[in-house]
Amino acid sequence: MPAVFESIELKGVCKSFGPVSANRDIDLGIRAGEVLALLGTNGAGKTTLVNMLYGLYSPDAGEILVNGRLVEMRSPKDALALGIGMVHQHFMLVSKHTAAENVALGLDGTRFWRPEAHAAQRMAEFSDRYGLRVDPGKPVWQLSAGEQQRLEIVKALLKGAELLILDEPTSVLTDQEAEELFAIVRRMASEGKAIILITHKLEEALAVSSAVAVMREGRLVGRMSSKDTDRGALAGLMTGESAILEASRSAASLGALVVEARGLTVMGDMGLPAVNGLSFQVRAGELFGIAGVSGNGQKELAQALTGLRPITAGQLMLSGESAAGLSVSRLRSMGVRHIPEERIRYGIVPGMSVSENAVLTRQGAPLLSLLDRAEAAGFARSLIAEYGIKTSSEDVPASRMSGGNIQKLILGREIEGRPSLIVAAHPTYGLDIAAAELVRDRLLRKRSEGCAVVLISEDLEEVLRLSDRVAVMFSGRFMAVMDNRGLERRRLMLLMAGSKA
Amino acid sequence: MIRVSSRTDPSRGTAAGVTVSSLLAGILLASLLFAALGVNPAQALARIFSGSFGSVYGLGETVTKAIPLMLIGAGLAVALRGKLWNIGAEGQLLAGAVCATAVALRLKDSLPAPLMIPLLFAAGAAGGALCGALSGWLKTRWNVNEVISTLMLNYILAELVQFLVYGPWKGTTQFGFPYTDNFAVSATLPCLGPTRIHWPTLLAALLACAASAFLLFRTRFGFETRACGGNPEAARYAGLAPDRTAVLLMAFSGALAGMAGVGEVAGIHKHLSYPWAISSGYGYTAILAAWIAAAHPLLVIPSSLLLGGILVGGDAIQTSMGLPGSAISVFNGILLLAMAGGEFFLRYRVSMPLFKVRRLSKKAAC
Repeated sequence: MPAVFESIELKGVCKSFGPVSANRDIDLGIRAGEVLALLGTNGAGKTTLVNMLYGLYSPDAGEILVNGRLVEMRSPKDALALGIGMVHQHFMLVSKHTAAENVALGLDGTRFWRPEAHAAQRMAEFSDRYGLRVDPGKPVWQLSAGEQQRLEIVKALLKGAELLILDEPTSVLTDQEAEELFAIVRRMASEGKAIILITHKLEEALAVSSAVAVMREGRLVGRMSSKDTDRGALAGLMTGESAILEASRSAASLGALVVEARGLTVMGDMGLPAVNGLSFQVRAGELFGIAGVSGNGQKELAQALTGLRPITAGQLMLSGESAAGLSVSRLRSMGVRHIPEERIRYGIVPGMSVSENAVLTRQGAPLLSLLDRAEAAGFARSLIAEYGIKTSSEDVPASRMSGGNIQKLILGREIEGRPSLIVAAHPTYGLDIAAAELVRDRLLRKRSEGCAVVLISEDLEEVLRLSDRVAVMFSGRFMAVMDNRGLERRRLMLLMAGSKA
Repeated sequence: MIRVSSRTDPSRGTAAGVTVSSLLAGILLASLLFAALGVNPAQALARIFSGSFGSVYGLGETVTKAIPLMLIGAGLAVALRGKLWNIGAEGQLLAGAVCATAVALRLKDSLPAPLMIPLLFAAGAAGGALCGALSGWLKTRWNVNEVISTLMLNYILAELVQFLVYGPWKGTTQFGFPYTDNFAVSATLPCLGPTRIHWPTLLAALLACAASAFLLFRTRFGFETRACGGNPEAARYAGLAPDRTAVLLMAFSGALAGMAGVGEVAGIHKHLSYPWAISSGYGYTAILAAWIAAAHPLLVIPSSLLLGGILVGGDAIQTSMGLPGSAISVFNGILLLAMAGGEFFLRYRVSMPLFKVRRLSKKAAC
């Protein structure tokens, strides 16, 4: 580890994978005390760049300098030795072990006996200094996403990280937790650490960073002080267009009642009510937004609406017909569509081709009927064209597509035809701004065509922009159901935290 | 240093390469076994393959043994695509044999062969299907793992066959052997020339492989099978019926195994006898056949011929080189282990970066 960390610099760094050039001629530097936000759409090359800083990839050309000295990193171990640490988007924790045991796992100089006691002691230092509060004795599976992230940061700091790379750190956090994270980041910077924050959320980039670097198609297209730029300019740089289309909502024209829930109660996996006596209505042509922190019953509600989870008590009417006990297949035939959370786990069969996944949710073909493969391929090609899905062809396995493209495929597949109800759970999670806007635009378009849309999201900005009415879900209940007129973010955040005030 | 990195869906060429190399590696490992038994491995291998493919008689025996492997392997391949491990083909084969025997003993020569033989196959298929469906139902209704239930049913069916041939079905014309009476001529299968190749079953087996491939890749049922096997949660989300698919798949693979049982009693033995005489482990060897074929029903045809050859070759080295009969079972076991191990190389890329020259040029063209 260098005695004092001053700066790290990339000079003319290139990296390609086969014919694809992921990073081209990157010159970028960061000094101690800086918070650099690295912005870019999906596939712009951000991850490749930081993976080179973390020793996971080595550059094809160019050099990396730490404190002005040329270095070569062959593995994350080398990177750590130089004071470079990384917190991945998906946490690398052993879920049955306690927080302290996880810290002890990768730490040099831990004792053989009861290593976690030693680790807990060292964790305490950071908890006071940066506000990184984690209960050392709790098993990881009991920690919230925010706590797990703090644990990852503690792990990196204990290994001597002076430059900390955070990959999409807020994607798993609530607004509240994100604010806490930003406070921690600022405190670390003021103590002389350097932080690189990968994100595609413009607001948070501007809110927390001292400098912003924008990447597009593998190149660095701009680096500026955060004070000297704004949302519009950054969005333009990211997409290469002067202005991006922002989905906008027209006045609602309401139709017939599509969803009517009365005292709807649904059990969670643990056998306790996850949805607790909900009553609400959604009309045709209406977008009903449900805001809330994940894990407050939204998933179970979405599953009950789409037939995946039985209704324990209360009534659910869909288009005037009782939906209790109806199969997924029956509900789908009635026009209920579902954009699921955890799209790869629920939404696609990774080993099947793109075109087979495009027709995965079609109903009603007899078991011995022949597959119309030409028709499926044609349908897939039309989705690929209309939604700008990036794939080499419709015949390759769906697992070869990126998460964003999989989401576009699911969206297209689910909203085609004439659905009566679309249940969309976190539909823009992890998408870049262009893709997210496309998803939002299509949901609004379906709403104008007279479809009822239930949008479940943690992204308040999104809920406020798209919804006609907003419900805030907390602990299986709606804290409030409000018309979306003059609603304040602050008020919603309080409601999301379970406070009526 | 050896570096292991995961790879996403390997190409067909890679998959074929890995399969063939695994087979070769298995044969190499088996050579060590032969050496340990004090036999020249090269000679043993030569004897195995000349015994099975080197003569008209050997070839005939190889095809004879490949018939049940093809029938069963085709069904197992389809079930494997639905992520179902049917270990019960052995029992389902016996169930088919029992049902066909029941029909043959009851109807004697009252029906002409063109009616009788399809009836026997139908009865055998029904018996095997029922047996498989039972395991499928137990799995979906009570969450009983199909590996356990099918394996246990194998023992039950074997005991049932023994009970029948020693008890109620014991023949009056078999000099006290625990065999049923021989089937009427109209209920036995014709063979090709002097061989034991009962060609109606061979035809059924080839058709079964083709039909299974068609079912799997061209019909809605195959689509649902692949979806349920590929991602059961997505299948449920999409409104498919994984439970129904599981029961149908078990019934389907059971039916084909049952038909294999018909071929053995009506084509080879002409009567029902000890369970180990009727099957000699085809239900288990067929798992290997399906696996080597990467669960592709058409590839089950060559893999069954290969394994049929190894079975026949096993008999040859047993008699001519004095090796124990179990040596060939161990040989097959080693092949299965090698194939299972080869799976690792399909999922991960192993490289040795030591041999790669690392170059870090300054400002190279990029």
